[in-house]
Amino acid sequence: MREDRVLKNTHWEARLYAVRISVAVLVLLIMMGALVWRYYDLQISRHDEFTTLAENNRIHVRAVAPARGLIFDRNGVLLADNRPGFTLSVVIERSAGIDQLLATIDQLIDLDDDEVERFKKFAQQRRPYESVPLRYKLSEQEQSILAVNQHRLDGIEVSARLVRDYPLGSLLSHVVGYTGRINQQELTQFDPTQYRGVHTTGKTGLEKYYEKTLLGEVGYERVETNARGRVMRVLERIDPVPGKTLRLFLDSRLQEIAVRALGAERGAVVAIETGTGGVLALASTPSFDPNLFVTGISHADYGALRDSPDRPLFDRALRGQYPPGSTVKPFFGLAALDSKVITSGYDIYDPGFYQLDNDKRKYRDWKRGGHGTRIDIYKAIEQSCDTFFYDIGYKTGIDDLHRYGTMFGFGLASGVDLPGEARGIMPSRDWKQGDRGVVWYPGDTVNVSIGQGFMLATPMQLAAATSHLANRGVVRTPRLVMSDVEEEIVSNTELTDASGSDTEILTINPVHWDTISDAMVAVVHNIRGTASRAVTGLDYKMAGKTGTAQVVGIKQNERYDASKLAKLQLDHALFIAFAPADNPRIAVAVIVENGEHGSSTAAPVAREVIDAFLAFYPLVDPGPETDIDSLSDSPPERATHRESEAEHRG
Amino acid sequence: MAEFDRQLKDHGSTIYGRSRTSFGPRIDYTLLLLLVALMATGVMILYSASGQQFTYVKRQLIFMAAGLVAMLVVGQMPTRFLERWAFVLYGGGLVLLVSVVFVGVGAKGAQRWLDLGGFRFQPSELMKIAVPLMLASYLGRRVLPPRFIVVMVALTMIIVPAVLVGVQPDLGTALLIFAAGSFVLFLAGLRKRYMFGALIVALTAAPLFWFYLLRDYQKLRIMTLLDPQSDKLGAGWNIIQSTTAIGAGGFSGKGWFQGTQSQLDFLPESHTDFIIAVLSEEHGFLGVMLLMLLYLALIVRGVFISLRAQTMFGRLLAGSITLTFFVYIFVNLGMVSGMLPIVGVPLPMVSYGGTAIVTLLLGFGMLMAISTEEKRMGQ
Repeated sequence: MREDRVLKNTHWEARLYAVRISVAVLVLLIMMGALVWRYYDLQISRHDEFTTLAENNRIHVRAVAPARGLIFDRNGVLLADNRPGFTLSVVIERSAGIDQLLATIDQLIDLDDDEVERFKKFAQQRRPYESVPLRYKLSEQEQSILAVNQHRLDGIEVSARLVRDYPLGSLLSHVVGYTGRINQQELTQFDPTQYRGVHTTGKTGLEKYYEKTLLGEVGYERVETNARGRVMRVLERIDPVPGKTLRLFLDSRLQEIAVRALGAERGAVVAIETGTGGVLALASTPSFDPNLFVTGISHADYGALRDSPDRPLFDRALRGQYPPGSTVKPFFGLAALDSKVITSGYDIYDPGFYQLDNDKRKYRDWKRGGHGTRIDIYKAIEQSCDTFFYDIGYKTGIDDLHRYGTMFGFGLASGVDLPGEARGIMPSRDWKQGDRGVVWYPGDTVNVSIGQGFMLATPMQLAAATSHLANRGVVRTPRLVMSDVEEEIVSNTELTDASGSDTEILTINPVHWDTISDAMVAVVHNIRGTASRAVTGLDYKMAGKTGTAQVVGIKQNERYDASKLAKLQLDHALFIAFAPADNPRIAVAVIVENGEHGSSTAAPVAREVIDAFLAFYPLVDPGPETDIDSLSDSPPERATHRESEAEHRG
Repeated sequence: MAEFDRQLKDHGSTIYGRSRTSFGPRIDYTLLLLLVALMATGVMILYSASGQQFTYVKRQLIFMAAGLVAMLVVGQMPTRFLERWAFVLYGGGLVLLVSVVFVGVGAKGAQRWLDLGGFRFQPSELMKIAVPLMLASYLGRRVLPPRFIVVMVALTMIIVPAVLVGVQPDLGTALLIFAAGSFVLFLAGLRKRYMFGALIVALTAAPLFWFYLLRDYQKLRIMTLLDPQSDKLGAGWNIIQSTTAIGAGGFSGKGWFQGTQSQLDFLPESHTDFIIAVLSEEHGFLGVMLLMLLYLALIVRGVFISLRAQTMFGRLLAGSITLTFFVYIFVNLGMVSGMLPIVGVPLPMVSYGGTAIVTLLLGFGMLMAISTEEKRMGQ
């Protein structure tokens, strides 16, 4: 050390230091220059680029789902509502780890496997920055638990969402239908801009048919969020346009009466307001609670509904295809009359069966021993004489039966504003050739003549055909929706005039309407009428026709013995009716599955609905412009009717 | 000796022409003023960066006050005293560093602290001062430029604590310790051939370093620097968010408290290592340049003090402290702006963190001692 110190040249060392520090300062300045350049590059040259990035960070455009349109019945009773429900959703991108987050949530509010599975399935369909619903309908307690633990739950969102609610529950599940979460298939079909922020869509019924009307327009919100995705403030908002409100022709009271009248039976009731084509009641029993489906039905609940032998999910009114049986007789009677195969004076002797020439097969009448002598069209409908219809049906021929049947809508979709309507079958030569690959046999015609054989119809088709009959050929497409209204609905018990329904006039000689109508009145009111015992004490005139549709084929020479058959093999009971007969305002079709006889089980149901309708909507205080004559059964009114129809024919 | 002393005295009085008459406290007011201005700026930025919470500001102010007191106390020490007792500080620090390996407490996967009865002490911070002090003391007494054997001894003095800190692992501090020590060697006139030799050794050692010494997360940081987009939400997040904040600031910034990146928590570590991004976003290029000017002024003052120092020890220590101070700034500004890999180096006097501030001010205290001693000698 000493040596070193002695040898040190302090002055020289100071200069050495000065040189070295100068070099260092030079390097330092260059490095500082690099920093300046770097900050200049970021802040000045690339400022716009980073401004965009920063804005994208903080500003998010969120879709605001529109409120779905409400559905009211004709009197303003709410059928489909939106109720606020608190939904727990997760934005996966913002969670520290999705499995861990789900585990934490599970500790706080028990999640069941269904929910987690559904969430994961759903998460695959969404982008990681989109929120995926985990649980709908959070209870208040769950909400507060989540709020308290918010700091542990990065990525969760609790949002108030409107959840569809059906106050009348199972009463209208087949009509109104239900909404459900948009599934994978729908996701690919929908226009994503229309459904941004929307999680549900109409799955069945009116909810599906009027999806576009009910949906509304999505609104947008520009929000500022922090790094955790919490919304700090709303910068701009374009309000969503709520979906339109639907008002139905349907009267929920009538619907309830129809459902109650069917009771525990499996069946369907369709009631149509003849003046408008408006559907007054559309019941299918048993039914189900549509609210179960809104937020996702559990496996257990769905399994129970799907596997129930009563098939509650099946809409019998629209999709149930039944042999119409004797309820087709008024229509085929009309066909025979109008095609001039018979006159109203034509009669036969009924020995209890019918035979084609050169054929040993006996087509039996339902009444053993037959209806006797002088059975004309009037008596044949009144007593539902099969032999008469075998005869005139065969004489009319399948081509004309098909032509007239089609006129009344058999084999065609009724066009009602509901999805998934079945078309039934109005058989023809072409149909048989195409469908079965077999030529038409004369015996086929005989079977079709009494609504059996190949023929199938839905309760909706029967009701619509009955309505056309009641309207004397004025065809009005059945409709559920009266209008979409945006204003407050005024409770209104008056009947609406024929509105937007498609109107068409059947070209049938007007004389024949009376013949058929009178015969149908006899069914209900004459002592020998098939429905006379079931329907008594009416203070108005009802025109009706019973029907019985075979479920099991009965072999030749075999008797139908109800006591031997299990309930599921019993015949289906059908009944069609319109009333009042002289000024029809309502047409009804009823089917009771395995109800045996139309007269005993189906007719009382139709009667209750008609009674209620006429009680709810009495024709009172006809104004000066109302056609007073229409209240009475006076001939001049009939004449004008015929003239007007004749004009249309011309 | 006397000859040299006179020469120095003349040298000092002719070149700098200062004289001192009072015996009051030894304070370099220029240095003090610059430091206070820097601290005031720092507190202002911290207030915004911490989400306008006074708690951080309050604690920072307490540390600053404590640091200033420590600085002024050290400023009163004769440089000879510092030079003589440097090895005690260094040796003590080394012992503490070794003990950290055995009895240290960890946090975030690194073992850096000693628990001294409720008070946590980070010996690596101490080494940031002790290493340059030791080297200046050692080299200041040697014939310069240093001979090979002296260089080797000096290198050992640097590398041992740097490695001990590096394996904690605390790459940032290790780097700063290494830099501080190396600066002393460089300023002491390390021969060019040694420097080239060191460069070649460094280049050959680099791959070994990469494959055997660097931990995965450290490699990731370097990889992320090259391509931040490769891991947007992971390691790249910090760089992407900080460069975004800086770039979004533009020329004059969005205004105090108006930085969306900073205020909406997009910016990580916004009140500590990444605080420059807050300044950049809210006060723009202008703000950054003003801060850099302030830093530059401090550096110039430091270089000036070192040039005026009466002993080689004083020069080397002052020069090293000043250059190390710049390394802090360069590494921090470089890493936040995505120029350098992320190593945990705070922005001096601005980032929140008591230890760093006290350490820095202790260094400035030594600078002040050197600065004011020159005046006394010049009397």
